[in-house]
Amino acid sequence: MNREQLIEDLKGQIIEQLNLQQVTPADIKADDPLFNEGLGLDSIDALELIVLLQQKYSVKLANAEDGPKVFQSVGSIADFIIATKAEKS
Amino acid sequence: MVPPVYIAGLGAISAIGNNVAENVLSLQSGRSGIGKIEHLSTLHKEVFPVGEVKSANEELAERCGWTGTNSRSAMLAYIAAREALLDAGFDGGMPYRTGLVSATSVGGMDLTENFYPAFLENNLSGKLRNVVQHECGAVTERVAKALGITEFVTTISTACSSSANAIMLAARMIRHGLLDIAIAGGTDALSKFTLNGFNTLMILDHQLCQPFDQGRRGLNLGEGAGFVVLTSEKVADATRHKKYARLTGYCNANDAHHQTASSPEGIGSYTAMMGAMAMAGLAPGDIDYINLHGTGTQNNDASESTALHRIFGTAYPRMSSTKSFTGHTLAACGGIEAVYSVLSLERQCLFPGLRITTPVIEKPGVMVSAYTPDVALRNVLSNSFGFGGNCSSLIFSQA
Amino acid sequence: MDPLTGLKALSGNRFTCEEPDYMQLIEPKLIRRMSRIIRMGVATAMDALEQAGVKDPSAIITGTAYGCLEDTGIFLQRMVENKEEMLTPTAFIQSTHNTVGAQVALLLKCHSYNNTYVQRGHSFETALLDTMLLLGENPAASVLVGSADETTNQSFVLLERFGLFRHQASGEGACYFVAGVSPAAGSLAKMAGLKTIFQPGDHAVEKAVHSLLSQNGMKPADIHILLTGRTNEPSTATYYGMVEKTIFPLTPAGQFKSLCGEYPTASAFAFWLAAKILKQQSVPSIICPSFTGQLKNILIYNIDTAGYHSLMLLTAC
Repeated sequence: MNREQLIEDLKGQIIEQLNLQQVTPADIKADDPLFNEGLGLDSIDALELIVLLQQKYSVKLANAEDGPKVFQSVGSIADFIIATKAEKS
Repeated sequence: MVPPVYIAGLGAISAIGNNVAENVLSLQSGRSGIGKIEHLSTLHKEVFPVGEVKSANEELAERCGWTGTNSRSAMLAYIAAREALLDAGFDGGMPYRTGLVSATSVGGMDLTENFYPAFLENNLSGKLRNVVQHECGAVTERVAKALGITEFVTTISTACSSSANAIMLAARMIRHGLLDIAIAGGTDALSKFTLNGFNTLMILDHQLCQPFDQGRRGLNLGEGAGFVVLTSEKVADATRHKKYARLTGYCNANDAHHQTASSPEGIGSYTAMMGAMAMAGLAPGDIDYINLHGTGTQNNDASESTALHRIFGTAYPRMSSTKSFTGHTLAACGGIEAVYSVLSLERQCLFPGLRITTPVIEKPGVMVSAYTPDVALRNVLSNSFGFGGNCSSLIFSQA
Repeated sequence: MDPLTGLKALSGNRFTCEEPDYMQLIEPKLIRRMSRIIRMGVATAMDALEQAGVKDPSAIITGTAYGCLEDTGIFLQRMVENKEEMLTPTAFIQSTHNTVGAQVALLLKCHSYNNTYVQRGHSFETALLDTMLLLGENPAASVLVGSADETTNQSFVLLERFGLFRHQASGEGACYFVAGVSPAAGSLAKMAGLKTIFQPGDHAVEKAVHSLLSQNGMKPADIHILLTGRTNEPSTATYYGMVEKTIFPLTPAGQFKSLCGEYPTASAFAFWLAAKILKQQSVPSIICPSFTGQLKNILIYNIDTAGYHSLMLLTAC
């Protein structure tokens, strides 16, 4: 999966996992902020996203304090997944 | 003038003791009850330390004199409530209108979670006796039957503030003349459900918790039950039994910030403490000791200490979190800590908080770090805050 | 539509709530995490506050016997299936019994007194009792009081295995009220008295009825409708028969559980129904066919299958 495909995949997963009923993948831009003023996600969503990354992408966020940086946008999550996988292999 | 309500009996069971006397001994000697999981069956056995009551279910049942299948929450509650009632000099055949106001957040979950694997395989399997006490109210019902209380029985479930609210309702029922005596407090057994639930929030400490320390990492769960017997002045005078203390102030407020997180300003805890002091007619300078909610999570301790600073400025009373001994006993903590607060007042001593190296409140002498006898305490404040923004504070004053 | 004229008896052994379009009642951003019971509770609470014109209640008090069963079931199921690994927090944090009351407070930014009672068939009644205490302590208060209980597929199967729905249908529901000391123009009814009895001994129910009546200076003939929780359940028939035939032989008796089913806080539905009947001064024919005469006092008598009896007296404003 390249970065573009990964971003599209992530959008769908996030909408489903967080039950964002009013949101479609097209509404989320790769660099839009997910938290606060953006999609309005909060600390509980961050915890949901940590498990999502583990389950669907086999990527573990070792340090909860990295959350805000990694979860800035769908793009930054994709970058984190790509970087972590590259490190592993 | 609001009629006074007296505390006439105490009962407690926790990781640091099976009764009040054992709890006191541990508090005095600085012996924490938090350690490796012994009784709860869970994948996380080696991962998270907890404050378990040091008895298997069979031993608890024997102590209760109960047979059949009973929730650990019910057994813990009965042991502590019976102790409180006996301590107050009531042992059945009571000529007074007596109520039981209990509190629990897990109810009989300890049994339900063992029922579920079979039930999920096939919803006609699983032994039904394991879900008879699932409901919180069913746990209280079991205890009320064993104590022989019929006049008034209820259960409050406001997460970790539940027991404080139970004590508050009991006092109000007495003040309104609806009851003469009330046994009030709460219970929660450890369960896989809560251990895993708190784990999803990433707020469990892998080591022993350090409430109100700058290096705190999270909370340790605990279990237990704590109950007090409250009486009207009429009953207190008629029985001429010991009066431990008066309950002079209480307040229930809501943080209304987030389902689980406390507001950075500590709006809920500030409102609860201020409300309790207003009711008792006390100024901040009249509070001599605070039994903190102090869970050991970043969020709670920051929020609580901000609220304390707003109220006391730098003229802090002495304070400690006894959750460093017992772990966080959820719905039971308000009851157990009410017992500790009343004992502090009655014995004029301070119980410490353990493992503080860099206190959140840096002013020397504020955080009680060792057992301190021979102090002069007039009024003691006990805080209990929970999920859903539920914040309650109680004030006990010298009888 | 007027809710009373739309009332009809339901059929089958599991009644489920008719739910509104929540998007009209709750901010969409906040709905996404709410399970059914939370939506039902929050929506009815908001509706009640709007009807009463109250924005910042002095207290929020909720009764729920089962609590948030759906979220509890989801977390339990995942815990078993995933063997205590890879679990997420949403279902857990919403499984606590105080979630409905807490979410209402959160939506209103209401820092006032907030409490949740969980005493099985007396959960709503204890919430009402607390309301009366609060109004006694602070006559200027306006209290939001109500109840919520849901049925899930798992809870239905379980309760069915206990034999609960052999002679009666399972129900669920949420309702909230705004209560105050002084009647307002829109007030529905006056709450005149409440009695609760758990597993009554000989004559305890009779005594409670007579004591409730005499506290209000009433005789049995002053009760214009007896609204009971009677179903086809044989274990409660003797009590209902005694109250209907021995104490109130001349009072028309109507049964509310054909409308809402059996659940531990069903008495809150009866409380709503009685208040609406008194306000509108009309009795749905499903409760009492061709009711005529004075309509001032309604007594609700409910028995929850676990042995929780309650009496609630409502009078017209």
